[in-house]
Amino acid sequence: MSTKIIIQLIRKEFILELRRKSVIAGLGLYLFSLIFICYLTFNLRENSISAYTWSALFWLTILFSVVNSVAKSFIGEKKGVFIYLYTIASAQEIIIAKTVYNILLCWLIAFVGYLLFSVFIFDPVQDRVIFLSVLVLASIGFSTSLSLISGIAAKASNSNVLMAVLSFPVVISILLMAVRVTKNALDGIDRSASTDELLNLLAINCIAGVLGYILFPYIWRS
Amino acid sequence: MKLRMKTWLKIVAVVLLVYVHTAGLLMDVPRLNILNETVRALYFHVPMWFGMVLLYLMSLYYAIRYLRNPLHDDDVKSVSYAHVGTAFGILGMVTGMLWANYTWGSPWHGDPKQNGAAIALLVYLAYFVLRGSLDNEEQRARLSAVYNIFAFAAMVPLIFIIPRLTSSVHPGSGGNPGFNAYDLDSRMRLVFYPAVIGWFLIGLWIVSLRVRIKKLEEKILEIE
Repeated sequence: MSTKIIIQLIRKEFILELRRKSVIAGLGLYLFSLIFICYLTFNLRENSISAYTWSALFWLTILFSVVNSVAKSFIGEKKGVFIYLYTIASAQEIIIAKTVYNILLCWLIAFVGYLLFSVFIFDPVQDRVIFLSVLVLASIGFSTSLSLISGIAAKASNSNVLMAVLSFPVVISILLMAVRVTKNALDGIDRSASTDELLNLLAINCIAGVLGYILFPYIWRS
Repeated sequence: MKLRMKTWLKIVAVVLLVYVHTAGLLMDVPRLNILNETVRALYFHVPMWFGMVLLYLMSLYYAIRYLRNPLHDDDVKSVSYAHVGTAFGILGMVTGMLWANYTWGSPWHGDPKQNGAAIALLVYLAYFVLRGSLDNEEQRARLSAVYNIFAFAAMVPLIFIIPRLTSSVHPGSGGNPGFNAYDLDSRMRLVFYPAVIGWFLIGLWIVSLRVRIKKLEEKILEIE
């Protein structure tokens, strides 16, 4: 396993993504439409929702966008691409490259989502540092676990349905932790109250990452 | 590979459960506020979860074994353990709801432990959906073994960690006393431990029957 190949693979993902601008534009539009629907349906200019509804809406939006974007990482790739990748890189290199790329993508989604939410709806966050760190950690968790699930779902016939069925139960524990910390950040509670949850989130990320790294070669082999 | 369970183990299981049912329903239990007689749920509800976790652990063990050395038998065993584990989980859920109806006032209280257990069951149901949607036998075995390991890793925080972090009213979490605090005279242990062993043995028995049925079905298919 060499870092050079991993960096090359990540670069390849970026180049491909930038070349097919329609995909990334579609993702941005998806995020924007979700937030705009929230804005319209709740008639939000009058501040009619509480901070907790805000956090629920926010995490649902992020979750759906992330699942949609990470699902692409293996689903919908052409068969030839798999065979080509198989010849030039080991399974570990591929999963690391995909995961790192997905983490960057998730960060982008999360931050753009937060920005749009604060522009269109409002920004109830009192403790930004904690909120941003939970965004960073939850994005890592989502992308590590979803990259592996996407690899599994891509092999099945009805992969899009399967992606949702397989992924939601797995990401729920990450989501629960994230929502709990978000609540603290919204209320501006002392930071020491959130450290436990943040550490737990980090631990879940490590477990998901290690499992992905160990298990991916078995998925890749077929 | 042994498919058949030892006869003496079956006898032990039956004897233990007959004992658990008679002693569990007739013997004296400590008088406690709110709980009153419902404390007897300990003999029937808790062994279900013990059984479920142990059976899922066995399923995980065979999934790992399959990934190390792909043998068809290990796959059959892994899925059979997961099947019976899920059945135990559903029974645990139902008995828990029955108990909650009398002590908490409603069958579904939205307690973190209840929610976590429900999600954990969903994870394993997703595992069966995954198995159903893969046609290639070898691929199905390998991918579902991978997801099995992932599912177990997802179940542990849902059942054991998150309910302990939050304010749960379930005994044994959220600072509530577990059953250790109730049976100061250890009377309940005399029934509880045999119940756990008895139910787990019954689970193993069902698994061995399922594995044998599966084998016979495959043999019939081969002949045809």
